[in-house]
Amino acid sequence: MSAPPLNAIVEKALPAPEIVAPREESPARRLAIEFAQNPMAVVGLVVMLLILLVALVAPLIAPQNPYDLAVLDIMDGRLPPGSVGGEGTRFVIGTDDQGRDMLSGIMYGLRISLFVGAGSALIAGIIGSSLGLAAAYAGGRFESAVMRLVDLQLSFPSILVALIILAVLGKGIGNVMLALVMVEWAYYARTARGSAIAERRREYIEAAECLALSRARVVFRHLLPNCLPPLIVVGTFQMARAIALEATLSFLGLGVPVTEPSLGLLIANGYQYMLSGKYWISFYPGIALLITIVSINLVGDQLRDVLNPRLKR
Amino acid sequence: MLHSGIARVAWLGGSGLATWLIRRLIQAVFVVLAMTLIVFLGVNVIGNPVDILISPEADAQERARAIAALGLDKPLWEQYLRFLGGVLKGDLGRSFVYNEPAIRVIIQRLPATMELAVAAVLISIFVGIPAGLYAGLRPNGWLSRALMAGSILGFSLPSFWVGLMLIMVFAVQLGWLPSTGRGETLGLGGVQWSFLTRDGFLHMILPASNLALFNVSLIMRLTRAGVREAMPSDYVRFARAKGLRPRRVIGVHVMKNIMIPVVTVVGLELGTTIAFSVVTESIFAWPGMGKLIIDSINLLDRPIIVAYLMLIVLLFVGINLVVDLMYAALDPRVRLEEQG
Repeated sequence: MSAPPLNAIVEKALPAPEIVAPREESPARRLAIEFAQNPMAVVGLVVMLLILLVALVAPLIAPQNPYDLAVLDIMDGRLPPGSVGGEGTRFVIGTDDQGRDMLSGIMYGLRISLFVGAGSALIAGIIGSSLGLAAAYAGGRFESAVMRLVDLQLSFPSILVALIILAVLGKGIGNVMLALVMVEWAYYARTARGSAIAERRREYIEAAECLALSRARVVFRHLLPNCLPPLIVVGTFQMARAIALEATLSFLGLGVPVTEPSLGLLIANGYQYMLSGKYWISFYPGIALLITIVSINLVGDQLRDVLNPRLKR
Repeated sequence: MLHSGIARVAWLGGSGLATWLIRRLIQAVFVVLAMTLIVFLGVNVIGNPVDILISPEADAQERARAIAALGLDKPLWEQYLRFLGGVLKGDLGRSFVYNEPAIRVIIQRLPATMELAVAAVLISIFVGIPAGLYAGLRPNGWLSRALMAGSILGFSLPSFWVGLMLIMVFAVQLGWLPSTGRGETLGLGGVQWSFLTRDGFLHMILPASNLALFNVSLIMRLTRAGVREAMPSDYVRFARAKGLRPRRVIGVHVMKNIMIPVVTVVGLELGTTIAFSVVTESIFAWPGMGKLIIDSINLLDRPIIVAYLMLIVLLFVGINLVVDLMYAALDPRVRLEEQG
C-alpha cells in the first residue's frame, strides 16, 4: 500500500486556500478608486469637466454670440443681473458696457482662458520634460548647464519673466503663451530630472540598455513612461497657474487682445465700473476664474496623493 | 523660490566660499549682460526704433538727421555697444511722456513701491507667524482648519482678483477704507512717504494687505510645519520637563528653530513682493514703479520700459546674491560643507 502522495494529504488537511487571485484590476481602475476616496477631489473633477464642456460647446449653448456686433444693443449696456433687454432677452447675470450678455461672454472667455492655459502648460511640459530627461540621462556638462538655467529661471518670479517678455514683444495670444511657456518649463525640467535620476538606476533601464536600444528609445519609451506620474501632477498645477497668470496679464492689459477676451480681460473691462457699484461686470468672470482654478487645484492635490508611491499606506 | 535657494546651495559642495562667491558674481554679471542683449534685441530688432523714437510728422530730411544722431545707421553690434555704454553711465534715454531722463522718472517712483513692499512683508510676518503658531499648536481646532483652508485660497487665488474683492467690499460696499492712490504724504529725508500721515496710512491698508496675502499663507504654513516638527522633539520635551512655562518654551525654544526657514523665505520673497507690486499698484492706482511700467508699456514709452527692465534685473540679481550669501552664512550645514 503506497502512501498517498504528500500533497494529497496536505490538500486534505488544509482546505485549498482560496487563491485570492488579485482581481484583474487595471492600474487605471485602481487609480480611479483611490482618487474617488476624497469627495472634494471628485467634486473638483466634476466641476473641472463641466467647465471644460461648457468651454467646448459654448457656441451651442451660449444665449448670445458675444462677438456678433449685430446682436449687441448698446442700450442694453450695464444692465444688472436678471434684467430684461430691449428685445426681450433676459440677462441672467447682467450685461457689460457694450450690452453684451455676461453669461455668454464668460462662456466664450473660458474657451480662451483654457486654451491659453492648457496649451502653454502642454508645450512647456513637452519642452521642460524633454530637457529634464535628457539632462538626467546625458549627465555631465549638459546636465549642469540645464539645471543652472533652471535655477536661474526659478530665481525670478513668474510675473517678472512674463512682464519682460511681453514688454519686449508686445501683447497677443502667441506672445502670452510664449511667456507662460518660458515661466513654466523649468518646473517640468526639475521634476523630470529628479524622477529620471531615480528611475535610471532601475533594472529595466539597464535591461533596455543591454538590448542596445537607441538612446532616444530608452529615454522616451522606457524612462519617460515611468517618470510620468509626477509630471502629470506638476502639469495640473501648472495649468491652474498658467490660467491665473494669463488672467493677471490680460487684466493688466498685457495679455490677449481686446478682440479675444479671456476671463482676465472681462474682469479688466468691468473694473472701471466697480467703483460705481456695478459689480457684476467684474464679479462674475472672477467667480468663473476662481472656480476653474480651485477645481483644477483640487484635482491636482488628490492626484499628487494618489500618484505618489511614498504616501501609500 | 525656496527650492531654488536650496538647489543653489547644493552645488556649493566642496569649493571654498571665495571661489563660490567669485563664481556667483561672474554668473550675476552674465545674467545682467544677457538681459541687456535681450532687451536691446527686443527693442531694436523686433520693434522698429525709427518709428518709435522719431515723431511721425518729421519729414525725410529730419528723419535722416535723427537716425544719424541716434546712431541707428550704424551696424547692430556698434549700436549694442553704445547701448551698453549708456547702461553703464546710467543713461537710458529720455522718457517721451515725462520728458525727463528715464532713470530719474523710475527712481522717483521707487520709494512708493518700497514702502508698499515693506508694509506687505511686515504684515505677512506679524499675521503669518502668530497664525501659524496657533495652527501648529492646535492642529485639530476648527480655527486652525479654517486658517489652513484659507491659506490654500491665498496660494491659488490670483492676487488681482482678491484686490478687486477687497475694493468691492471695503471701499465700495462698506466704505471703510480708501481704494486708490497714496493719500496724503509727508516728506522725510527728501522723499514723500504715505505711512507718516493718517490718511496715507489708511490708503496703504488695502494694497499692502493684498500684496501680503500670498506671503501670509506661505509663512503661516512654514511656521505651522515648524511647530509641528518641533513640539515632539527632545529639546522641547526637555524644556517642558524642566518646568519652563509654555510661553517660554514656545517663545524661545520653538521660535528659534522656526526662524531659519522663515527668515530665508522672507528674504527671498521680498523680491517677489516687489515684482508682484506691478499688479497691486495697477489695481489700487498706487503711483509706484509697477504702475509706471504698466502705463509705459501701454503708452509705448520705450526708454522707461528699457530702463525699468534693466533696473529690475539688477535689483533681482542683487537680491539673489545677498540671499545666497545669507543662506551660506546662516545654515550650519552649508558652513560645515565648506570646512569639508
